[in-house]
Amino acid sequence: MSANLASTPSKTAAPHPGESTTALRPHAEDAFAAELAALAAQDDRPRPARWKLSPWAVATYLLGGTLPDGTVISPKYVGPRRIVEVAVTTLATDRALLLLGVPGTAKTWVSEHLAAAVSGDSTLLVQGTAGTPEEAIRYGWNYARLLAHGPSRDALVPSPVMRAMAEGMTARVEELTRIPADVQDTLITILSEKTLPIPELGEEVQAVRGFNLIATANDRDRGVNELSSALRRRFNTVVLPLPESAEAEVDIVSRRVEQIGRSLDLPAVPDGTAEIRRVVTVFRELRDGLTDDGRTKVKSPSGTLSTAEAISVVTGGLALAAHFGDGVLRPADVAAGILGAVVRDPAADRVVWQEYLETVVREREGWTDFYRACREVSA
Amino acid sequence: MTGAGPLLLGVRHHGPGSARAVRAALDAARPAAVLIEGPPEADALIPLAADPELRPPVALLAHAVDEPGRSAFWPFAAFSPEWVAVRWALEHGVPARFIDLPAAHTLAWGAELPPAEGESEVAEGEQVRVDPLAALAGAAGYDDPERWWEDAVEHRGAGERDPFAPFEALAEAMGALRERYGAGGRPRDLVREAQMRLRLRAARREFGDTVAVVCGAWHVPALRQRTTVTADRALLKGLPKVKTELTWVPWTHRRLARSSGYGAGIDSPGWYGHLFHAPDRPVERWLTKVAGLLREEDRIVSSAHVIEAVRLADTLAAMRGRPLPGLGETTDAVRAVMCDGSDVPLALVHDRLVVGDVLGEVPESAPAVPLQRDLGRQQRSLRLRPEALERELELDLRGDTDAGRSRLLHRLRLLGIGWGEPGPSRGSTGTFRETWRLRWEPELSVRVAEAGVWGTTVAAAARAKAEADAADAGTLADVTALAERCLLAGLPDALPAVMRALGDRAALDTDVGHLAQALPALVRSLRYGDVRGTDTHALSDVAAALAERIFVGLPPACTALDSDAAEQMRGHVDAVHTSVGLLGEALGSATGTDPGAASGTGGAGGAAGHAAGGTDADGAGSDGAEGTGSGEAAGVGAAADMGTAPTATGESAPAIPAPSAGAGVASSPAVGADRSASAAAPSHAGGGAAAASVPGVSGSPVSAPAPAADGGTVSPPDPGAGASVTTAPAPGIGGTVPSVPEGPAPGIGESMPPGPEGPDRVRRLRGLRRRWRGVLRGLAGRDAVAGVVRGRAVRLLMDEGELGAGEAARLMGVALSRGTPPVEAAAWIEGFVGGGGGLLLVHDERLLGLVDSWLTGVPAEAFTDVLPLLRRTFAAYDPGVRRTLGELVRRGPGEQSDPGARGLTAPGFGVEPDAGRADAVRPLLRLLLGIATEEKNLTGVGV
Repeated sequence: MSANLASTPSKTAAPHPGESTTALRPHAEDAFAAELAALAAQDDRPRPARWKLSPWAVATYLLGGTLPDGTVISPKYVGPRRIVEVAVTTLATDRALLLLGVPGTAKTWVSEHLAAAVSGDSTLLVQGTAGTPEEAIRYGWNYARLLAHGPSRDALVPSPVMRAMAEGMTARVEELTRIPADVQDTLITILSEKTLPIPELGEEVQAVRGFNLIATANDRDRGVNELSSALRRRFNTVVLPLPESAEAEVDIVSRRVEQIGRSLDLPAVPDGTAEIRRVVTVFRELRDGLTDDGRTKVKSPSGTLSTAEAISVVTGGLALAAHFGDGVLRPADVAAGILGAVVRDPAADRVVWQEYLETVVREREGWTDFYRACREVSA
Repeated sequence: MTGAGPLLLGVRHHGPGSARAVRAALDAARPAAVLIEGPPEADALIPLAADPELRPPVALLAHAVDEPGRSAFWPFAAFSPEWVAVRWALEHGVPARFIDLPAAHTLAWGAELPPAEGESEVAEGEQVRVDPLAALAGAAGYDDPERWWEDAVEHRGAGERDPFAPFEALAEAMGALRERYGAGGRPRDLVREAQMRLRLRAARREFGDTVAVVCGAWHVPALRQRTTVTADRALLKGLPKVKTELTWVPWTHRRLARSSGYGAGIDSPGWYGHLFHAPDRPVERWLTKVAGLLREEDRIVSSAHVIEAVRLADTLAAMRGRPLPGLGETTDAVRAVMCDGSDVPLALVHDRLVVGDVLGEVPESAPAVPLQRDLGRQQRSLRLRPEALERELELDLRGDTDAGRSRLLHRLRLLGIGWGEPGPSRGSTGTFRETWRLRWEPELSVRVAEAGVWGTTVAAAARAKAEADAADAGTLADVTALAERCLLAGLPDALPAVMRALGDRAALDTDVGHLAQALPALVRSLRYGDVRGTDTHALSDVAAALAERIFVGLPPACTALDSDAAEQMRGHVDAVHTSVGLLGEALGSATGTDPGAASGTGGAGGAAGHAAGGTDADGAGSDGAEGTGSGEAAGVGAAADMGTAPTATGESAPAIPAPSAGAGVASSPAVGADRSASAAAPSHAGGGAAAASVPGVSGSPVSAPAPAADGGTVSPPDPGAGASVTTAPAPGIGGTVPSVPEGPAPGIGESMPPGPEGPDRVRRLRGLRRRWRGVLRGLAGRDAVAGVVRGRAVRLLMDEGELGAGEAARLMGVALSRGTPPVEAAAWIEGFVGGGGGLLLVHDERLLGLVDSWLTGVPAEAFTDVLPLLRRTFAAYDPGVRRTLGELVRRGPGEQSDPGARGLTAPGFGVEPDAGRADAVRPLLRLLLGIATEEKNLTGVGV
């Protein structure tokens, strides 16, 4: 099996003809350049300083719509309109925007598109990790120059945030809560004073109008650095919700599963929609603490059970079905994956899961196979 | 506009902007009289509005005199235009009149309507059929009519312009709508408007043209319309009428927010009140208020937050193209700036500010509420006079009057009117008797008046109160208690809400102890429900689900307990065990077998099983014996299952698969079965089983009297044929005869007419008990489980017949072996033989021997630790049992009866049947069973 899996990447590594020149994933502003141009051309509403589009047009860009001349803007974010409006308005009031949500709720995606639509550039990006240094947010030095010529603006290596301030653009910070707390606090001055002092040079970089910052953070993970209340106060917070309807989620899952399956060169498995729906239902019910019919409450396990995890459960199930099963996605193929996703805390979550099995799954019509499969792997 | 006729002020009910505009217009026009849309009977009540003790929100309540349940409300908030108009008139000494159709008609009308429409009749409504606002909003390009109205009317500052302008514009718009839609699908409006026109004419004759009318904007064009008096009179002719009375009752913002009743349910009365009362800068003031609330709840919210929230709200409103931030914008701003995007604190804001806790007040001089009348009527009809002297009342719930009294008292208790206190029943433990201590205190009248907010009749009020209590209840036990009280009070309508709350709490409660505490009350409720003939399906579903949750959660919860917690857990295990047994009974009885015929069976079977069993620990049988109608089919099953005590077995024949029509069947052959049960019981194990094995043919000679010993054996997976057939491959305990009933139980299916869900339920019940035994087995076998619980589990399994004596002895041996710490072993013993298990030791000398040898093996230093526990265990026994035990122990283990037979026979019985004694019973048996001819196998025991 390992040989089989190991061989898959090499197959996909060879680029398909005709795609060799394009980037694996173009930036939002490039991928949707035509839409942005059409919006800019038709946008007659007032634009804040250095914005490429008016707030209204930014919202339209994200939510999709049809322009007066008939240009169709594809929706980038499928979700409540309210959220996008609050996000865009926040940026327009020069408050920083914090996008919160569990993994897989399109935080990064929204932030990238917002930056692309507002500033026309989504690349001023700081990736937050436990090892992100202060230099990544403020500035670093080109030590060769520093040693050769002494401190000067030429020896200074500006961070994306610094560049955004100088040029009045939108900077992005990904996974803000993973950045160590003392490094996070570097942002306080930037966000409240809108300036970045460079004591070594006795200078400062003042933010130009149009500068703003979008941060994303994960609110369910453990081992993250909570924002200090001083920093938190500088942000308007928008929580991106999980997909609202089961239908939407099934859609997202099947689409992603198909993409991943293709990239892993899994043999095509005929119609797994039924199982996907089941996985999504289980995830949603446990996550929401309520059955789909809205009649029975259930306990929620400690895991996040995000859409992204549902996708990986189904993908895992597909791999099982393709390599070991009869090529059809069956309850047994996903049962183990679900158990793994649900039972994160071996004691408490197991009870939650068993209770769910006994009180919800067992009674449900057409779920007998699934119940059996789950019982088998839980035992 | 003035001078051209009456001043017509079209408003939206409960619109703060409308209220402001009405006040401004009245101030400007100074009319000689104010006419308001509302029932004219309430004219007399208008002066009360000037009473400082009358504080909105209040409502005008109209109710039919003979039928307090038929009622209608006209609520007024401080920001209602109608209220503003009333107050304005009172302050300026100007007469105010209500001009709508009299409540006498409205209520009579309501009665003629199908119930679904009854309530919306009084609803002045945007929500009915054509929605005028939606039409206007649609024309203005809004998708949300509420928002359009807010933008166009409510959020406009009043005063700076012509005070009449907004009304004129609105009237014009409504005029256009009325032209297009007519009555808008509400023919009744035409009648009401005719009445309004008539009253308006009368007022104009009396006060001249300078009268002002405050009514729904929808009616303005109709009031302008020129019609003849005759035409209007014709419309009003022959309207039905009931005798009505009106009064003011206190109202709450929460009730205003409900979308039933009068006025389109406004979901943000607190916000509206704020808009109405705020002198200026409503958004800033609102957000400051929100910040204050959040600070009170220990959230860090600084002025900087408020500033940013105001900015965001303003910008959002601009982006959405609204003139001023509305509730939506401010809520979004609060969420993003003050709540870190979380909806949790936001829910608090919604509850406390957007809806608000405002409670209205009504002076004592207001006329009596209908609830008082209803109570008076019931007191008369039930001949239950309120007396200050305390007295005791015995109720027999089988009688109609007494049942009614009990219901009334229980309902009043639900409402917090403690007229009667239930006392302990004297003598009988039956579920059909109640003892009450009655005493009417003067302040109870006040309580009744207070309870008037809940409804107009005792039943309706109690129901509403129960539903509200269910939503507010803190713990699971509270909700179960509430469910029980709902059943006692005969409020099945409240049950769905209570059950919902119960299911929700149970699902989220992680403490198995709570669940286990809740279950008995619930099961008890089920039985009460039976007595009182209430439908308890919802209850049994919840109970079954609760049981499932306990099954899942119990094993992990029984580990790592200290001795107190373990002791508690043992109590829980016992309670659950009893409940599961009773639940089975209740579920079975819910399937709808004929209660009359079958109850006898259940009773006798249960009693027989009980007698034969001779153990404690069941309780099912004894209940059945009261003939309460519970436990027919399953009752027999229960009795059979439980009755087979380890002591009550005869010869142990090798297990013979006896395809008997199992315990659960007997319902129609009640008579025959009954007899055989009572006859067979004394001499046999599983009297219940005997009863059951007489299938189908009632009164026919019993061909297979020897019990097929289904009782207490493993119920295998349901074969699915008859609802509750247990084909038992019985490892027989009784003197088993390979008895095949005449024909494999003819008519099993028919004999038990299952309800729609009958088979399902019964299967579920079977499953429940099977699973519960599985849980007990798991408990018994797990070392990590506390000793006392483990011992108890073994004991319960043994009582159930699930474990043979040999297996129990093995488990005991394991638990008492040297490797186990003595304290743990003593706990095991406490669990196993505690609580009346002494007889077990008396009769099963092997078990006694095990205990004895363990005890003698306890090291001296550990003995002092073990002693208190053992003392607790054994001190609880009857003196007789203690003495016998002592004698047995003194005799010593070597003196036991024939050791060779020990493995085969049940303890306490001889190896060989005593033919002489058995024969002596035969004539009586024959007599009881009505069998004329001697049948060979009737000799039973000794075959």
